[in-house]
Amino acid sequence: MPGPDKEIDLTERIEAFLSDLKRGGCGTGPLRGSAETARETTSLLRRITAQPRWSSAGDLMEIIRKEGRRMIAAQPSETTVGNMIRRVLKIIREEYARSRGSSEETDQQESLHKLLTSGELGEENFGQHFSALKANVIEAINELLTELEGTTDNISMQALEHIHSNEVIMTIGRSRTVEAFLKDAARKRKFHVIVAECAPFCQGHEMATSLSKAEIETTVIADAAIFAVMSRVNKVIIGTQTVLANGGLRAVNGTHTLALAAKHHSTPLIVCAPMFKLSPQFPNEEDTFHKFVSPHEVLPFTEGEILSKVNVHCPVFDYVPPELITLFISNIGGHAPSYIYRLMSELYHPEDHEL
Amino acid sequence: MADSGVTDGAVGKDGIQQAKIEGKELTKEEKQRLRKEKKQQKKNKEKNDENASKESEEKPVSAAAPTPTQPSQKAPSAVPTPASLPVPVSEPQPAKSKADMKAGRRARQESERASKKKGDAGQPAATGKAKAAPSELQPVVKRLPEHVQVDNPDVLKKLAKKLEKQQIPLRLDYGHKVSLFSHLHQYSRRAPLTQQIGIPSTVIHPAIVRLGLQYSQGIVAGSNARSVALLHAFKQVIRDYTTPPNEELSRDLVNKLKPYISFLNQCRPLSASMGNAIKYIKKEISNIPSQCREEEAKSKLLSCIERYIDENIILAAKAIAKSSIEKISDGDVILVYGCSSLVNHILCEAFEKKRKFRVIVVDSRPRLEGREALRRLVQRGISCTYVLISAVSYILPEVSKVFLGAHALLANGYVMSRVGTSQIALVAKAFNVPVLVCCETYKFCERVQTDSFVSNELDDPDDLIVTRKGRTQLEHWQEVPSLGLLNLVYDVTPPDFVDLVITDLGMIPCTSVPVVLRVKNVDQ
Repeated sequence: MPGPDKEIDLTERIEAFLSDLKRGGCGTGPLRGSAETARETTSLLRRITAQPRWSSAGDLMEIIRKEGRRMIAAQPSETTVGNMIRRVLKIIREEYARSRGSSEETDQQESLHKLLTSGELGEENFGQHFSALKANVIEAINELLTELEGTTDNISMQALEHIHSNEVIMTIGRSRTVEAFLKDAARKRKFHVIVAECAPFCQGHEMATSLSKAEIETTVIADAAIFAVMSRVNKVIIGTQTVLANGGLRAVNGTHTLALAAKHHSTPLIVCAPMFKLSPQFPNEEDTFHKFVSPHEVLPFTEGEILSKVNVHCPVFDYVPPELITLFISNIGGHAPSYIYRLMSELYHPEDHEL
Repeated sequence: MADSGVTDGAVGKDGIQQAKIEGKELTKEEKQRLRKEKKQQKKNKEKNDENASKESEEKPVSAAAPTPTQPSQKAPSAVPTPASLPVPVSEPQPAKSKADMKAGRRARQESERASKKKGDAGQPAATGKAKAAPSELQPVVKRLPEHVQVDNPDVLKKLAKKLEKQQIPLRLDYGHKVSLFSHLHQYSRRAPLTQQIGIPSTVIHPAIVRLGLQYSQGIVAGSNARSVALLHAFKQVIRDYTTPPNEELSRDLVNKLKPYISFLNQCRPLSASMGNAIKYIKKEISNIPSQCREEEAKSKLLSCIERYIDENIILAAKAIAKSSIEKISDGDVILVYGCSSLVNHILCEAFEKKRKFRVIVVDSRPRLEGREALRRLVQRGISCTYVLISAVSYILPEVSKVFLGAHALLANGYVMSRVGTSQIALVAKAFNVPVLVCCETYKFCERVQTDSFVSNELDDPDDLIVTRKGRTQLEHWQEVPSLGLLNLVYDVTPPDFVDLVITDLGMIPCTSVPVVLRVKNVDQ
């Protein structure tokens, strides 16, 4: 029978995805980029939607929330997973509202008018059954997938607007988005790139080799020299792991120092981040914000004598406050950090912030 | 011995050539002969040039013209042109009297001596300042040190000539240099200078050879360590020194030291503290009265050096430790960067005095000096935490004070220190954590600098390739034309990031450095 087979197939797929997540973000830098994670999550959610197990929008949302919680628990630092789940939930809400015939804007935000006039309706329970809902939702998810595939290209297309000739650009670590951005600009303009190697994983080395192969003048510097060379840098362009709800960043460690140095020299700091990295989290939670990996990257076991007597820390992420950021470049254009809250309200529904 | 020695261009006599190849020191007569031959060659060449141009000039110029030009040519000029003077004077010779010729020669010698003095003063001391009386504000003629003019081919030629005269090999630059730093040297650690000189070398004292090797391989590193090692090596040199006949100790010893200093400079550019130490030694040597016996003079010099080390390094460290301990309170969390001997000393002293604090050691690639500091502190029993410099903004909210060491303090208040220090000071300022710099006064320097580019040191770029996992894919960086590696050694911290400087003269703000320098000069 096709039904149970498909179900078993799907459960297997989900289990494989979860174990991959647990291994993948183990700290040696993501073995998979966030774009692939986003795509995989979305295709998995599409498959879940395609199953016949649900009858109303509410059921579907419950199923997705349940699976989503498991996925997030597998790798909490990989926020793209949670973001995609919230996007899909928003899609389901919209499609439901459209099927019901009510316009979309009235269901969006809490407003005083809504509170007063629709008080007797009570909560939306998404209980009604619509036959076309499944097809509409799957179509909308397909659109989302196409959008995800084009993000890097959309960002790189804006490169020439921001980079002029003979500039010195600084970056840190390795970001595929920034790599594509710079390579696109290098086709028409000549400029110089300084890459900070970002210890202890030294991902800057890979970035530098890749950029130099595209015939961009690249220089690799140690992390300690970031402030020393900053006076000659015209722009700082970085990627990030997550964009937080207040416009701040959760980026690879060393980025806060880079941002402070750029602020001191009044150098603009440009963040290339596609929209799927935008997350409704705030940086307040000290315990859950940081992620640590094995300290033997910092102080290897060969230093055995002193190893037992010292505390060694190896954090992976850094918090960068929004005051230090000049511009966000995403696949839908450029924004100031103060606009991020608005974008977030368009992408996610407030009730989905807590899954 | 076929490959050793300075391979010179063919100068002349085989005897001299042979002696050079064997690495023996040329005797004085041979050196003078060489110099005379070179001058003669130059004169002949210029004469030919002059004759060629003179022939075209001679026709319009009347016979009366050469005579009024003579006295102006013979007048001693403040700006010496020793090479060009002999030529015009030698031409209208039949018209001049013998007395005039003698006067001209004397004037030439005076100007040559004046130029030599200026050239000497510009050597190892990083500032190259002419001796100005400290109570007057005389305009000082500063000559740029050679090691920041690598992109100027004339300077390189001059340096090559000077080293040739002193029989020191020239160290070649290595690898592709980042264009912003083309004015600095970049050497490779795998090609030490000692490979180019014969062993045993009779030109350079073996203690100096060993010291140079230790510097270039990074075995002796750190401002204080290098200065102390230098002074000990000079003590050995002085002990083994004997005055040659018909020479004065005060002048000959200084001349003996010059090639050693050039050699050490080639191994690794001299630090500010080493420059000050050398200035002090030279002054002491030239102040030895000529009637002093050799044994007496030598013991006097040795005791001077001992006293210098004692006063400026050992006692200064004690004084600084005493003042710093007042700044360390119980429950403090102190952040230190890299391995500064002075800061380690302070922390150990504070721990002995039973202060309760813990230390966070910040380290950076590629030198990883912080591990050495970590070992020393842990041995004493101080509780330590260890992070890399990219994690400093994670750890800084826990920190109550930052203690930094310095390589030199510049006259405009900037602190020159290991690369990364300015970054730590920047982040500490952003988190409102006080930054204290500890520095002895002998490291104060009259230079001024505002960024880390104009005067710095480039370390071996291959150090960046080696990571914990072995060599990364940057291994073949030389083959990729658009890839460059930059390994800076020093950087400058602006004075607004530093809250206090603790010196042996007390606790001063960063901007009081020129005041201290003035006071020190007046004392001397």
